Amino acid sequence: MSATLAIPAPVAARRRATAEPVVVRGLLIGAAVTFLGLFLVVPLAAVFTEAFRKGAHVYFAALMEPDALAAVKLTLLVAAIAVPANLIFGVAAAWAIAKFEFKGKSVLTALIDLPFAVSPVVSGLIYVLLFGLRGWFGPWLQAHDIKIIFAVPGIVLATIFVTFPFVARELIPLMQAQGSEEEQAARVLGASGWQMFWRVTLPNIKWGLLYGVILCNARAMGEFGAVSVVSGHIRGATNTMPLYVEILYNEYHFAAAFAVASLLASLALVTLVLKSVVEWKTRQEQAQGEVAFEHGYAT
Amino acid sequence: MSAAAALQWRRPSVLPGFGLAFGYTVLYLSLIVLIPLSATFFKAFTLDWSAFWSTVTAPRVAASLRLTFGASLIAALLNAVFGLLVAWVLVRYRFAGRRMIDALVDLPFALPTAVAGIALTAVYAGNGWIGRLLEPIGIKVAFTPLGVIVALTFIGLPFVVRTVQPVLEDLEPELEEAAATLGANRWQTFRRVIFPAISPALLTGFTLAVARAVGEYGSVIFIAGNVPMVSEITPLLIITKLEQYDYAGATAIAVVMLVISFALLLLINFLQWWAGRRLAADR
Repeated sequence: MSATLAIPAPVAARRRATAEPVVVRGLLIGAAVTFLGLFLVVPLAAVFTEAFRKGAHVYFAALMEPDALAAVKLTLLVAAIAVPANLIFGVAAAWAIAKFEFKGKSVLTALIDLPFAVSPVVSGLIYVLLFGLRGWFGPWLQAHDIKIIFAVPGIVLATIFVTFPFVARELIPLMQAQGSEEEQAARVLGASGWQMFWRVTLPNIKWGLLYGVILCNARAMGEFGAVSVVSGHIRGATNTMPLYVEILYNEYHFAAAFAVASLLASLALVTLVLKSVVEWKTRQEQAQGEVAFEHGYAT
Repeated sequence: MSAAAALQWRRPSVLPGFGLAFGYTVLYLSLIVLIPLSATFFKAFTLDWSAFWSTVTAPRVAASLRLTFGASLIAALLNAVFGLLVAWVLVRYRFAGRRMIDALVDLPFALPTAVAGIALTAVYAGNGWIGRLLEPIGIKVAFTPLGVIVALTFIGLPFVVRTVQPVLEDLEPELEEAAATLGANRWQTFRRVIFPAISPALLTGFTLAVARAVGEYGSVIFIAGNVPMVSEITPLLIITKLEQYDYAGATAIAVVMLVISFALLLLINFLQWWAGRRLAADR
């Protein structure tokens, strides 16, 4: 095969002083792969196996249930509100923090990360304490016949809370690394504020923005704890997909529970693929010297 | 506000939009995060102190806190060991499927916790793929505290890998070459040169995993069995109290968890500051 010729020959037989013996290498790789296999691959495979255990017919029937469709719709609706809300916030916060110098900047940056430190259950609870029947605004809301808790607005609020930092924390280090010379040049050349934003800033941050949106969306569609507290679990009305999975599971409809779960697992796999593509694109642009992209999960 | 005061607070810039961006950021942050969180603390202050204390120290709550923290620490420790191993293998070795494994490490971030919960339960239950192998040798995972540890290990897995990985990538090969020249074997080089360099990142990843595990709910409740005093985690107890309309009790436990979370957050920020300073000193 001519294609194999392009692949470089195996490394020299003599081991370098800064490399491990082949046996050690093999053992370490084996241990790492076994660990990841047991903890990641096996559970993932179990989702799809359990979903199809009773055949494709049961699988698709479970997904066509009106309650299942309602759950899918609600999940999409919630993500469609929460993700753009946090996207706009993320861009605004990153613009203020990365492009300007002001006092209290580090405090503001730390506060944006706060929702990641809060337990999902507590994230839901804080809205119950505000808007629930016995909460601060409860009596007023009831008097005006506005429902937030055990209704869709509460689910949206809780989802916005738990996905709050995703876009901002991706953009802040990216825009800080890029500096503001290009925007300053645009201003000097006579661009208006919005022209500068659409033509200079946005093209520069598009991959980082997409990265944040992908992660934000995955969490928004998959959130369970926070949404569980504020939802009230009303079938066909306030059940998102993860909540519907729980209900089916607790009622021993295992095949149906795993069928809906398999949709969420597929979403997770798509998320991982998109994320890898964006990382690859970013590295490519970085190699071209266009973009300095700071990547990482660390706070 | 006088112009002079504004200038002191913010350095002038030719770029537009600071007022709008900053104002919107602060408004949105206050409405979504700061006001609801402070309202919870105010609510807690309206509680009677002795009632607060007796709620938080009730045997069932104390048992749940012990389980939540114990399991979180054990899971994070497991993740520190295996996360370091995975990061090492991904950075240092080239083998078939490496890129796929690298992408797969983030699965716990991407997979909804409820899905992870029922999947792990199916795998580790007595008739599950792994549970079936463990049960004959007397190890029960699902519906025991061990199940809680398994779930928390799953959700905390990416933290250590993703904090150690970049540091390991940036490590200068000269240091290891120097160690080898001076007669160190690989293990000595790892222990004396590599490990000290990556230990701040390792510790940060460990603390991040603990912080995440302490608040985790979705993946745990399915596999835990939720037996009071045995395998009931603290977040579940908050939900139980809420369902009994015991708002005061739920708030009291939530405030304890919030205080612990914020303490962990401070610790994480300190660790990162420390790691950054060490990195700067090395250069």
